[in-house]
Amino acid sequence: MIQPQSVGTVAPQRARFTEPLPLRSGGTLNDYELVYETYGTLNAARSNAVLVCHALSGSHHVAGTYAGQPGSTGWWDNLVGPGKPLDTRKFFVIGVNNLGSCYGSSGPNTINPATGKLWGADFPFVTVEDWVHSQARLADLLGIERLAAVIGGSLGGMQALSWTLQYPERVGNAAVIASAPKLTAQNIAFNEVARQAILTDPDFHGGHYYEHGIVPERGLRLARMIGHITYLSDDAMAEKFGRSLRHGKAVYSYDVEFEIESYLRYQGEKFAGFFDANTYLLTTKALDYFDPAFEHGGNLNAALARATADFLVVSFSTDWRFAPERSREIVYALLHNRRNVSYAEIDSVAGHDSFLLDDARYHALLGAWFDRLEV
Amino acid sequence: MSAYRYDYEVITQWIEPGEKVLDLGCGDGSLLGHLMKVRQVQGYGVENDPDKLVSSIRSGINVIQMDMEKGLTGIENGFFDHVIMSLSLQAMHNTQGILAEMLRVGREAVVSFPNFGYWRHRQSILNGRMPVSESLPHQWYNTPNVRFFTIADFDALCDMNGIAVRERLAFDEGKLVLEEPNFLASVAVYRLGRNG
Repeated sequence: MIQPQSVGTVAPQRARFTEPLPLRSGGTLNDYELVYETYGTLNAARSNAVLVCHALSGSHHVAGTYAGQPGSTGWWDNLVGPGKPLDTRKFFVIGVNNLGSCYGSSGPNTINPATGKLWGADFPFVTVEDWVHSQARLADLLGIERLAAVIGGSLGGMQALSWTLQYPERVGNAAVIASAPKLTAQNIAFNEVARQAILTDPDFHGGHYYEHGIVPERGLRLARMIGHITYLSDDAMAEKFGRSLRHGKAVYSYDVEFEIESYLRYQGEKFAGFFDANTYLLTTKALDYFDPAFEHGGNLNAALARATADFLVVSFSTDWRFAPERSREIVYALLHNRRNVSYAEIDSVAGHDSFLLDDARYHALLGAWFDRLEV
Repeated sequence: MSAYRYDYEVITQWIEPGEKVLDLGCGDGSLLGHLMKVRQVQGYGVENDPDKLVSSIRSGINVIQMDMEKGLTGIENGFFDHVIMSLSLQAMHNTQGILAEMLRVGREAVVSFPNFGYWRHRQSILNGRMPVSESLPHQWYNTPNVRFFTIADFDALCDMNGIAVRERLAFDEGKLVLEEPNFLASVAVYRLGRNG
């Protein structure tokens, strides 16, 4: 045992793909780029690779920091590194930015090679399956035939699950965390409110706001605020903010009075300052469309029959956006197919956000699971 | 757990090679690990204790976190050949519910439990103290056990609930007991089925 350490200074890499990528939405991406990072060393047998899939607002920057930017810690740094649950002394870890994102891979805020202009709203709809397809091409490029494991939380968990269905022979193990086999109507409803906030912002300009030198900040702010409410639990909000009043009493104003208002506005403001509205739209649609059972008449048992990986499914007790019940659906469908599967429901107060935190039991579980993997 | 290996041995004898086995309260997964090794079973454990869950995962056992008090909802009827509960039934509140669930999802159930009617336990009560023994290692104030029953009580419950006792072996601290098990045995292991 060593003290958990950071992977240290990291730098993103970029790969260009010129073989057309057929998309489920009907079109193709003829020429695209993926930005990615890797941590640890690929072994001689090329058998120790673990792919980390990101969720709505994540990126390829999973762990470590960028040179000269001490605040630039990766989004899952508490998980990945020497002596951490996903130990980079054993594994070669890959973080990849998904198509349609705003963090460097081809997306609405990148140049469309066919027109020489920003894609904007013309960037095609991309799905979880398309992302996995593109990730598999990155694995090809890195000379990795079979991944030791794929791991992801939330939308990332959907990608991990999809890997086991699209490329069963290329995945040894899959960790599907705080995820679901499909969104519920309520979940899609939250996404739709967020999208409407953006789409109805006068600064949206049909998605071509870049040309107007403006971004639909109000829409993004609202989208993030509504998202944030659903990522936290009622208990966590009560504990963190309660009914605390900024002025100690009601002052009868629409400015910030309750601390929760201040928090949500801050989160919305921060997010609108760096995230892209078109990416938000595309990514929430990818969430909504994901439903591997759809082609099997809604039968998840039949849909998961293709999977051969060993699974770890994890949920969090207070996560109501991706509730434990949704994870159990995956577990029971895998059990039906006699797949190797373990399931843990972690006691947590933090709601959906729990999957990003370093709860001791959660990390002990992931550590034990990764330890046991043979590479 | 090594003190209870005889319980494991009996259970192992009742399992055919290649069966699908569910172990309720699988702890660190040692019984399932044993059955996977010597019977090549496809095993799944159920555990609700977070630390034991981690131990099971560390030993490469399939383990599903579930509160068994709420039943085995989600597991299909007759999916398993055997559903095992080794020395845990006395720690469950919903005794009848879990027995019904075991026989719903399994062709047969295997249950072992400490016999509170064991003569040493009776002697202890006669002397005015709650029994503490190899099979009942806890003090009254820290025991996880919530149901205190004897072999005779369990037989009566099976009879009342239409559960067929296919086989029963009783032990006195590891030695097979053939006569007067309710008095002479500290632990009983049952193989149960559905009547009819």
